[in-house]
Amino acid sequence: MDNAASPAAASGYADPPRRMGFFTDTSVCIGCKACEVACKEWNGVPDDGFNLLGMSYDNTGGLSANSWRAVAFIEQPAPPKAPDGGAGDLRWLMMSNVCKHCTHAACLDVCPTGALFRTEFSTVVVQEDICNGCGYCIPACPYGVIDQREGDGRAWKCTMCYDRIGDGLTPACAKACPTQSIQYGPLDELRGRAEQRQAKLHEAGETSARLYGNDPGDGVGGDGAFFLLLDEPEVYGLPPDPVVTTRDLPKMWRTAGLAALTMAAAVVAAFVGRSR
Amino acid sequence: MTDFRSYYGRPVVRPAVWRKDIAGYLFTGGLAAGSALLAAGADLTGRPGLRRVGRLTALGALGASTYFLVNDLGRPARFHHMLRVAKPTSPMSVGTWILAAFGPAAGLAAVSEIAPRLPGGPARTAATAAGRAAGLAAAAVAPALATYTGVLLADTATPSWHEAYPELPFVFAGSALAAGAGMALVAAPLAETGPARRVAVAGAALELYGSHRVENELGLLSEPYKQGRPGRLLRAGRALTAAGVVGALLGRRSKVMSVLSGAALLAASVATRFGIFEGGIASAADPRYTVVPQRERLDRITRTPSTPVTAAPERAPAQD
Repeated sequence: MDNAASPAAASGYADPPRRMGFFTDTSVCIGCKACEVACKEWNGVPDDGFNLLGMSYDNTGGLSANSWRAVAFIEQPAPPKAPDGGAGDLRWLMMSNVCKHCTHAACLDVCPTGALFRTEFSTVVVQEDICNGCGYCIPACPYGVIDQREGDGRAWKCTMCYDRIGDGLTPACAKACPTQSIQYGPLDELRGRAEQRQAKLHEAGETSARLYGNDPGDGVGGDGAFFLLLDEPEVYGLPPDPVVTTRDLPKMWRTAGLAALTMAAAVVAAFVGRSR
Repeated sequence: MTDFRSYYGRPVVRPAVWRKDIAGYLFTGGLAAGSALLAAGADLTGRPGLRRVGRLTALGALGASTYFLVNDLGRPARFHHMLRVAKPTSPMSVGTWILAAFGPAAGLAAVSEIAPRLPGGPARTAATAAGRAAGLAAAAVAPALATYTGVLLADTATPSWHEAYPELPFVFAGSALAAGAGMALVAAPLAETGPARRVAVAGAALELYGSHRVENELGLLSEPYKQGRPGRLLRAGRALTAAGVVGALLGRRSKVMSVLSGAALLAASVATRFGIFEGGIASAADPRYTVVPQRERLDRITRTPSTPVTAAPERAPAQD
């Protein structure tokens, strides 16, 4: 397996197992939130407050330190199926959002303590005994996933149930999903399955079906957790074209070097320029 | 107003959870760096008053920086976990090691200021020599200390910080020089402040040029730096910088003018740091600044304008 296909191999694992991932097919999501509940139960994640957000049936609001799966709920006019039919009808879009376990993970790149690490399954996990709550991973994530837990201070996010998958078990959310909207498995297999599903939906006339995060050529090198969506990503709160911020880091260091030299030169000139 | 779609107007990326400590550190870290550079120059050119002010300010600002950085951690007692690794991909890790190199050197240089009070002979000579070596070492690291913070902010998904990566290190370098020079104008003997005045001019020029670009050259992503509190802070920073430089140049013979212009330069540096810090936070809190530039980038690549599959009732309301 080459390094591009296996971030674990690129991180130094000698003979890693296959890269594991999530394929979340939103076309069969029914918004039941079993994934949210199962995740909390298995991982001991505290509640996120019992809030009414007043925007839709979604009162979780999105991923956070205390919600590692979060079901988005969108109410919108249904696209007309035929020139004469369907106009005026509403449709509901539901999507169970989760950490993307990026191939090029900004959170992992910028973590100054080594608390975030790449597992042998190519997922990205925070070591809670190492994290000192510096918070740098939080603005670094292009998806706004990882978050600081109030009252705890550390950063938390989905681990793809690292403790379960190591024992060959399915992550809690995928296990609990009653419609197989959340599918867990080797990433290459999931990508093939997702393409078949998209083709099938297109044949059935659902031409808005598109895959998101499945392309290894995208700005984060492809996601370990990717999606089939029925509208544009931003409608679900996802960035339309995410790029790992560290892609520009070499240029940033060069700029800082130039600024540092300018600064030193200015001081030297100020002292040698004239007496007094 | 650019039209865009979002999930009920909720942010896409997460604003930094850093509190005001980090904006404060941007200032104190820069002040420490600027002061250490001035102190080394003063030491080498025989200006003991300027040297003393620079060294003591560097140590004081370093102490404040350390406090701010540790206090902002979610788990302050684990601050030493920063020393587990050295990662060039993490500007915060690089900054930790820059501070670890700068700290002891700046501290030793400041402590060596007791040398004149030591009895003459070997003890005084040794303290003076050690102070010079330490001061030069601190000055060698200082430019890195002043500029890495630009990379620290830019290396995030925060739209208006990341987009400003070609400018931020220059803004912060200038701000650091102006702050160091400002402190020297406030506290150093008037006769020794010539170099500080020239450093103030250079620092102000860098700071003004860089922040002008940040506020005008980033297209949509300049907007958060012009509106609301960040806009007011950056405008105040600009006015104070200009006033400070004019005062520094005209007030060569007046202690009062020097103190006032030095204070203006210090205040300008604080205002600029908080303005940049809060401007970035504002850009992350509004999905517009994440979605619109990315959507435009995609549309440029595919050359087909985005066509919403449905009429979109969830379009965010136009910004007020």
